[in-house]
Amino acid sequence: MENNQNIIEVNELQTSFFVGGKEVKAVDGVTFSVPSGKTLGLVGESGSGKSITSLSIMRLIAEPGKVKGGEIKFNGENLLDKSEGKMRRIRGNQISMIFQEPMTSLNPVFTVGDQIAEAVMIHQGLSKKEALKKALEMLELVGIPSPKARLKNYPHELSGGMRQRVMIAIALACRPELLIADEPTTALDVTIQAQILRLMRNLQDELGMSVILITHDLGVVAETCDYVAVMYSGKIVEYADVNSLFANPKHPYTVGLLKSLPRHDIDQEGELSTIKGMVPTPDDMPKGCRFAPRCPFARDMCRESLPHLEEEENGNQVRCWIHTDKWDGPEVNVKHDYESAASQQS
Amino acid sequence: MLVYIIRRLLQTIPVLLGVTILVFSMMHLIPGDPAQIIAGESASETQVEQMRERLGLNEPLVVQYGKFLGGVIQGDLGNSIRSGNPVSAEIGARIMVTIELAVYSTILSIFLGLIAGIVSATKRYTFWDTSIMIVALFGLSMPNFWLGLMLIQYFALPPLQWFPVSGWGTPGHIVLPVITLGTAGAAIIARMTRSSMLEVINQDYIRTARAKGVKEKYVIYKHALRNALIPVVTVVGLQFGVLLGGTVLTETVFAINGMGRLVIDAINARDFPIVQGSVLVIALLFVLVNLIVDLSYRFLNKRIELD
Ligand SMILES: Nc1ncnc2c1ncn2[C@@H]1O[C@H](COP(=O)(O)OP(=O)(O)OP(=O)(O)O)[C@@H](O)[C@H]1O
Ligand SMILES: [Mg+2]
Repeated sequence: MENNQNIIEVNELQTSFFVGGKEVKAVDGVTFSVPSGKTLGLVGESGSGKSITSLSIMRLIAEPGKVKGGEIKFNGENLLDKSEGKMRRIRGNQISMIFQEPMTSLNPVFTVGDQIAEAVMIHQGLSKKEALKKALEMLELVGIPSPKARLKNYPHELSGGMRQRVMIAIALACRPELLIADEPTTALDVTIQAQILRLMRNLQDELGMSVILITHDLGVVAETCDYVAVMYSGKIVEYADVNSLFANPKHPYTVGLLKSLPRHDIDQEGELSTIKGMVPTPDDMPKGCRFAPRCPFARDMCRESLPHLEEEENGNQVRCWIHTDKWDGPEVNVKHDYESAASQQS
Repeated sequence: MLVYIIRRLLQTIPVLLGVTILVFSMMHLIPGDPAQIIAGESASETQVEQMRERLGLNEPLVVQYGKFLGGVIQGDLGNSIRSGNPVSAEIGARIMVTIELAVYSTILSIFLGLIAGIVSATKRYTFWDTSIMIVALFGLSMPNFWLGLMLIQYFALPPLQWFPVSGWGTPGHIVLPVITLGTAGAAIIARMTRSSMLEVINQDYIRTARAKGVKEKYVIYKHALRNALIPVVTVVGLQFGVLLGGTVLTETVFAINGMGRLVIDAINARDFPIVQGSVLVIALLFVLVNLIVDLSYRFLNKRIELD
């Protein structure tokens, strides 16, 4: 069945942190949507605002941060207009989140069973006993061996991979419509990563939910996602279905990311191998395109003014002067010319 | 669990043995002849000799210690030199007062300290936080005897006269000394709770709780507090121990006949058996409090394996 309704639509989302009298625009006009039942990959270097985007959707931005503007339409209703009480009934129930750090994301003083049961008790009003039965089912579902015994374990008695499975069990206990997974596997070793991703994919099929998968790893995106949003410095620079993105990337940053793919798991902090320079800091945010200082194709117009996110006929979007009529430079094929242009970059 | 408690109790034996040696040596470490000191400056040679005989000081040290230890094991701490009554009876008459004082003061400290600390942490950098922390700083820096005197001045003397000036026995007697003793502890616990809560509130698992849809109230009082209490328990234990041994000034200010006054009076009168017995009993209590603290640790923090 063709279903092109979007479960969530984020429009011009703006989230800032106010530190030392200054405003840090962590998320600066982010727009994307996730079609029902599909998986959106949200990719970008460290600090580009992926986690802050997802926490904004959950309305879990804490002081000194603040969602300043935009809208987040979930099933057609703007989450930013909801009262805290209404929002709480959505969290962990209709929208769930899994975090990057399985080692620290579970409360050390409660048993695994209690922590899964809590979500069910809150949202489905089950008794403790029924909730624990449900917790047991969830542990089975996420493939934890001898689940009955594990129910009574404390988090420190489990490995990182097991804890992430528990996190997934908590997130899925109430059968959410949307799961946001913020780098669910970065902290785990490679074999476990594959297991967890496979588990998530199977559960998605089983429960028919939509997923936003945040990751550094384009390899993971290729395997799991239907759509991809590439973030750079608080903005979406490219949004495309996964096939188009890999076959025909439009934004120079996306191309740079793709070129650096083989090294993804070694070097996350430092410079990406084929993108020169560093992510801009809030203090010297470029006036024009945020990527201009690192872009091998950048011209004066790129440094002067910020391009819009332009939609193409197929619904894909890109934020780059090259793909507009205003482009005043020579004809470029971003994908083909990237390498040679990059090698001439000083 | 039971095994652990028994083992811990057995472990206290060497500690207490050490205390008996220290306490026993007190009498022999003081400069000069204890018999002379106890009998007084003006005592005659025969009086001093009698005193020496009475204290058993003519026997070899090892024998003296053996006798002392033998007595302690049977619960016999000797007799007071001054009154001639058994030391255990003298202590028995006073210890409950001190324990009551310490327990009530600690309860007050915990109650006030936790509330203040939690409010401070959850309303960080607001008017409430700043006010609470300033008050706590005052509470910490006020000497007990001065606070006691001020409380008497304003609440026990005319015009208010809400509470008795001194003594012990009715509920009214408890209020002012307990406030005096509990204030510093409350301040320490408030500061500890605040910093501990602030640390815990930024932990990933708190975010997880919120992401599950847990009400903010339960995020704070269930998920955060339980973790934040772990370091606070240590402070409470230490505080209680200090109160057991250190209520002397407050007991003096309020003329309460507790352990503190017993020990001070005994020291002034060179009543060594009383001093020895009191130190021993307080040490024993201290050790027990420590055990309780360790057990609550176990209860609060599942990561600690006791065995
Ligand atoms: N508590 C905070 N105070 C101030 N600035 C913050 C805070 N949290 C985030 N930021 C800002 O928001 C930016 C985006 O952070 P975010 O955590 O969303 O990045 P990310 O894309 O998830 O990176 P990573 O891949 O490392 O997880 C950061 O670069 C930082 O400048
Ligand atoms: Mg992140």
